[in-house]
Amino acid sequence: MTLADLVAGIIFLALNAYALLGGADFGGGVWDLLATGPRKERQREVIAEAIGPVWEANHVWLILALVLLFTCFPPAFARLGTLLHIPLSLVLFGIVLRGSAFTFWRYGGGGHGDPGQRHWGVVFAVASLITPLLLGTTVGAIASGGLADRGAGTGGAFYAAYVAPWLNPFALSVGVFALVAFAFLAAVYLTVEVEEPELREDFRRRALASGVALFGVALSALLLSPAAVRGALVFASWAVPLHLLTGAAAVTALAALCYRHWRLARAAAAVQVSLILWGWALSQRPYILPPDLTVAAAAGPPATLRLALAALVLGAVVLLPSLYYLFRVFKAGERPSLE
Amino acid sequence: MSDLLAARSQMGISLAFHIVFAVIGIAMPLMMVIAERRWQVTGHDIYLDLAKRWAKGTATLFAVGAVSGTVLSFELGLLWPRFMEFAGPIIGMPFSLEGFAFFTEAIFLGIYLYGWDRISPRAHLWAGVGVAVSGAASGIFVVIANAWMNAPAGFELVDGRAVNVDPIAAMGNAAAVSQTIHMTLAAYAATGFAVAGIHALLLLRDPANAFHRRALQIALIVGAPAAVLQPLSGDLSARHIAVHQPVKLAAAEAAFATQAGAPLTLGGWPDVDARATRFAVEIPYALSLLAFHDPHAVVKGLDAVPRDDWPNVPAVHLSFQLMVVLGTYLAVVSLWVGWLAWRRRDLAHNRWLMRAVAFATPMGFIAVEAGWMVTELGRQPWVIYGVLRTSDAVTPMPGLVVPFLAFTLLYCFLGVIVVWLLYRQILQSPTMPEWRGFYMPAKGRGTGKEEGA
Ligand code: HDD
Ligand code: HEM
Ligand code: HEM
Repeated sequence: MTLADLVAGIIFLALNAYALLGGADFGGGVWDLLATGPRKERQREVIAEAIGPVWEANHVWLILALVLLFTCFPPAFARLGTLLHIPLSLVLFGIVLRGSAFTFWRYGGGGHGDPGQRHWGVVFAVASLITPLLLGTTVGAIASGGLADRGAGTGGAFYAAYVAPWLNPFALSVGVFALVAFAFLAAVYLTVEVEEPELREDFRRRALASGVALFGVALSALLLSPAAVRGALVFASWAVPLHLLTGAAAVTALAALCYRHWRLARAAAAVQVSLILWGWALSQRPYILPPDLTVAAAAGPPATLRLALAALVLGAVVLLPSLYYLFRVFKAGERPSLE
Repeated sequence: MSDLLAARSQMGISLAFHIVFAVIGIAMPLMMVIAERRWQVTGHDIYLDLAKRWAKGTATLFAVGAVSGTVLSFELGLLWPRFMEFAGPIIGMPFSLEGFAFFTEAIFLGIYLYGWDRISPRAHLWAGVGVAVSGAASGIFVVIANAWMNAPAGFELVDGRAVNVDPIAAMGNAAAVSQTIHMTLAAYAATGFAVAGIHALLLLRDPANAFHRRALQIALIVGAPAAVLQPLSGDLSARHIAVHQPVKLAAAEAAFATQAGAPLTLGGWPDVDARATRFAVEIPYALSLLAFHDPHAVVKGLDAVPRDDWPNVPAVHLSFQLMVVLGTYLAVVSLWVGWLAWRRRDLAHNRWLMRAVAFATPMGFIAVEAGWMVTELGRQPWVIYGVLRTSDAVTPMPGLVVPFLAFTLLYCFLGVIVVWLLYRQILQSPTMPEWRGFYMPAKGRGTGKEEGA
């Protein structure tokens, strides 16, 4: 394992954290949009309370992955920015609208129940739906190996270079997959966080439904995938054990939900989604951008990589205790009260 | 509109939008922490109320700052992929450190905003300190990256490729010190005066309102010292660019000809074709004196480089003049405040002072925007001064006018909403009956000397 592999692995870890934490914040927005039944308002309330203190911190995982990418693998960053300009710009629109609408909704003058503020809640929820879809689509574009360096183009070439890589059934199916996965994570986490039993049952039903749906979308993404991707996902030496583990995690999550072992369900769901992500990473090794840009070829000078690694270690020393504190204050089952 | 122009405009709009929130995100936490600390020391609940109200406004602004900053990080790749491909390994380091600063900032902000009754008052205050420190740190790191674009260092150029990359040396570039000092001071001066100005406006109606009196005091403790130091730090910046970025200084001063004993040009309109500045007042020898501390020093003019390498001279010159005028005004008002505070006068009842402070509300922010126009427009046509041209850095993606217009509309929309929300929040404060009659004891009133600012 080279230095570049190590750094690439760490970047992927940051993305993994973003999917588990930031992804669930998007998923919360999806359930806000789909809130129904007699406890509709209460559902929205607990979702907002769960997201409020943590979403900005969770969001930084994406920034961290991004800055590490352009520091350590600049050609990959440059190519992503060029060829995925359109979907990434749309993702940015979604991120901006989601974040600002959420705060306008929660902090915009009047009380939380203020009906005049609800339109911000709607913007927040719709942006939470669209952003993961587009984010997943860009992942699909990368995984499918559509981002070869074909140079600039206009007219028909414009479509081939800037649109076709992401506007295709496989990439879109990965987008749907991301959306469902984030919604699943959010519902599972919420079963741990809410205290009222009826609400918990609401989210349990949602978790079960989205967990089952996840099987379906995963399967359709696999069927739609280009042959090379499917080959790696099915026939590589690591493929079978990984699929078995993922399947075991998925079954555990659903079973735990059935038997109301909330914390076990949360852990299993997180493992399940992480394993799927790592399956993607392994399937495209040694390429950072298939079909032609390898991790080694994209890596910056060793001096930069070493310093980035040092900065990561140093940063982790500050970051991990702070993160632990944040989640202990807001996410521990029994609320700590130091007063 | 050419793609290059669209890309430049989109970048400029995004940065100009973000900087407003970034500046607030650097200075507001400090003011909240001071208010909260005073509450803990004095036991007066009015300070707690103040800290909470400021925190509420900051929460909204911070979220907009975070999302607009995210847009910027992506835009570096969406608009300038070739710049990032070159610069990433050299100058990615401060961006990565900035990433960690964002993390601690966002974590402690979450704890600060939502943790009022979840953690002990001491822990809460420390969370606020964490936000203030990491906010300042993120600003410093990103300005170091910008300073490197102005004074590139830490690599060697061989056949258009960077070799012997040394990220530490890149961070220690020649512009870093002057720019980070000037920017950090700017954040405190601009936010301090904006907040002080709003409360001064409300005090003009109701000078005995204890709530606004204390808010004014804290805002001035943060803003006034920074505003006094700002011209000194500006002098440091000017002397730096005189040596390292002579074209930028020449454009800022509208100095077309290289000369010894150069005069300082005040006002005027630079006529680029005629290579002369009309309607300007000139102070003999002053530019040489300011830039090199020697009245006979040679100051390079625009004629030192080919015409194609000139930035937009009128824009840079006017922005520079604007910044200096506003900076002088803020410094004078600050000295006035300091003098009255030293004499233990009641600031809030001094109507002329309150008018002057209220008038200054937007000035710091305008100066910040103007200063950045000097820095960024003055660097053109280079994105990395002397190394990479902006036109060579832009993405090959066509049709950039579409995202430019889309993001501009989005920012206009967000800007209007943010202003409206803050306006509503400020409107709510002066009618608070609970603090109306609460009179402040004469001692410890309106001085700028207590507690570290
Ligand atoms: C409150 C804001 C504020 C105020 C009052 C001033 N400035 Fe400023 N100035 C900035 C805010 C600013 C800035 C926005 O923060 C800049 C842009 C880049 C930077 O580092 O600082 C800047 C840049 C900047 C530069 C260009 C530096 C570079 O490109 O490296 C110079 C020469 C000055 N300033 C000089 C001055 C002088 C002589 C002032 C005297 C009153 C002054 N500034 C007041
Ligand atoms: C937040 C305060 C800032 C403002 C208001 C600002 C303003 C601007 C403006 C107006 C432009 C367009 C210039 C032109 O093309 O004529 C620009 C370009 C640019 N800025 Fe800044 N800037 C700021 C800070 C920064 C920082 C901290 C960085 C980087 C680390 C940066 C990186 C760039 C880049 C890469 C470009 C595009 C290339 C170029 O036009 O030179 N800017 N900025
Ligand atoms: C190219 C230039 C820039 C980039 C890429 C950038 C990037 C970002 C990002 C990604 C965030 C969000 C962090 C979060 O989620 O909490 C952010 C916020 C912030 N940025 Fe920038 N930024 C730039 C310019 C600046 C400048 C010039 C300053 C100040 C001098 C600054 C100071 C801050 C601060 C203090 C925050 C904290 C959030 C807030 O208070 O609103 N940034 N920036």
